[in-house]
Amino acid sequence: MLEGIFVDGLIFSIMVIGVLISYRILDFADLTCDGSFATGAAVATMAIVNGTGLATALLLAFLAGAVAGVVTATIHNRLKVPGLLAGILTMTMLYSINIRILGGRANVPLLRIETLYTKFPQIFPMVSTPWALLIGTLLIVFIVKELIDVFFRTDLGISIGALGSNEQMIISMGIDPKLLKVIGMALSNALIALSGGLLAQYQGFADANLGQGMVVQGLAAIMIGEFLFDSNKISLITLRVILGAIIYKALMFLGRYYGYYINLTPSDLKLLTGILVIVSLIVAQTRNAASTADARKKALRRNKERREASMKEDGDA
Amino acid sequence: MLRIEQLSKVFYPGTVNEKTAIEYIDLDVRDGDFITVVGSNGSGKSTLFNLISGTYPVTGGKIILNGKDVTNSPEYRRAFTIGRIFQDPTKGTAAKMSIEDNMITAFKKGMKGLGISLNASKRGYFKEELKQLSMGLEDRLKDNVGLLSGGQRQALTLLMTVLSRPQMLLLDEHTAALDPRNAQIVMDLTTEFISRYRLTTLMVTHNMQHAIDFGNRLIMMDGGKIILDLSQEEKHSLTVPKLVKMFKSIKNQEYVSDEDLLTP
Ligand SMILES: Nc1ncnc2c1ncn2[C@@H]1O[C@H](COP(=O)(O)OP(=O)(O)OP(=O)(O)O)[C@@H](O)[C@H]1O
Ligand SMILES: [Mg+2]
Repeated sequence: MLEGIFVDGLIFSIMVIGVLISYRILDFADLTCDGSFATGAAVATMAIVNGTGLATALLLAFLAGAVAGVVTATIHNRLKVPGLLAGILTMTMLYSINIRILGGRANVPLLRIETLYTKFPQIFPMVSTPWALLIGTLLIVFIVKELIDVFFRTDLGISIGALGSNEQMIISMGIDPKLLKVIGMALSNALIALSGGLLAQYQGFADANLGQGMVVQGLAAIMIGEFLFDSNKISLITLRVILGAIIYKALMFLGRYYGYYINLTPSDLKLLTGILVIVSLIVAQTRNAASTADARKKALRRNKERREASMKEDGDA
Repeated sequence: MLRIEQLSKVFYPGTVNEKTAIEYIDLDVRDGDFITVVGSNGSGKSTLFNLISGTYPVTGGKIILNGKDVTNSPEYRRAFTIGRIFQDPTKGTAAKMSIEDNMITAFKKGMKGLGISLNASKRGYFKEELKQLSMGLEDRLKDNVGLLSGGQRQALTLLMTVLSRPQMLLLDEHTAALDPRNAQIVMDLTTEFISRYRLTTLMVTHNMQHAIDFGNRLIMMDGGKIILDLSQEEKHSLTVPKLVKMFKSIKNQEYVSDEDLLTP
């Protein structure tokens, strides 16, 4: 049971890293996610059903997500519409495309067929099945995290971070911001689709509605993570995203299984997620104001010390 | 270096908000020129810079940079030649990133690859470069730029701009938002870098004394036109009152000629 929450949270965390890249690093409010998550699930499922092999299936899911990201970024760049609208357009179109990928159905099962999650118990035979699934998922998340950490330390990765912080600076440094946005959005949605591809295998089916409300859930996980600790280092930021994703899934689990004590039904969870995001925003704002006030006080104190020090020097002279 | 021919810019043409910001400007900036630019609010100084850098498309005319017509080339391409610093110290750096990440982005102009250039030797180099600012930034490579003061940020912006090796600098009141002490520091660094790297420079300032003291040429703008262009020799004997008087006499002439036009 408990292992299940962790597996769920870890698969989800790859999606949240994707949302982190668009919302936090690129500062691009992207809704493509709700579509590309299901695209990843659909592509991986159909690939597996058609016998491409598991690695190829995940690779195809990853690439399909990247294409979705490129489409959103291109709509935004070329038509000069806000990112939000570009994302909604892609997401809407993806809904039809996902059903096409699933062969005209809204739901395709992965029954009696080998998936990563039927394989993990064979790869790790020394532990019980739930633990084997957990170890396998942990391994995948670890690899993804390490690759992302390295990517955002490369020159290209750093410039994508700078773009989200200050677009003018990127232009001044002779870089085409449009190209960077395309690359960043491709990576973001590729990870989101990869996560969808894993979830389909874990739960044993792909569903065209799988992505509904994903963005907000991702934001909730990011914000929970941000409460844990403060850092500007990418390795710690991705770590806290993963922890946030697991905590979010655990909270939702609690809501689903023990919520009936307070008359909560599963359909209330979206409402709870939204409230969670709003509360996080309020707390973050209060904290921000407090730390600004604190910084101002510190600066004043430093100034005073400096003045006193220089007065003393003058006195000595 | 830079030649501007019959340049014009009209905002919102054909609407009630139509506004002519630049009116047929011709300007020839020679290699190594350090031109100070003065003019009242709304005279078109920033717009001229925006046109030179490519932030806005021109309405008419040509911009020729190093003999090449760049009138329609995108801003990021012109940035290889032109380094630009704004009045707002937050515009030149990425607040949410560390000093070293900011500097590595500025280190080489152009699209970046998947290499990792930020290593120990680069950090050492950045520290050495930061030392010349005498602001203690060399010990804060990993601090986010958002934690720096306005003066520190503007000095860092200046350093990053020259590290990226432009041939030309456009400075738009880049010390105006700083307190007098920091403004002095940044201005000293500016002149130091300009002469060390032989940067061709255009500098907008509202400080008339600065406009006279710095550079080898002074231009005055008004109503989207260049109304005065003084050479080094002419600047030599210039004082602030003389400059103000020149401005007033030119304005008066215009006023008179406007009247002439209106009365048949
Ligand atoms: N983006 C814009 N849209 C519309 N009008 C603009 C825009 N930018 C500038 N203008 C107008 O063009 C004219 C010139 O403005 P500009 O900013 O170039 O003046 P300036 O000389 O830099 O003034 P200041 O000394 O106040 O900075 C002004 O009338 C201004 O309102
Ligand atoms: Mg201006």
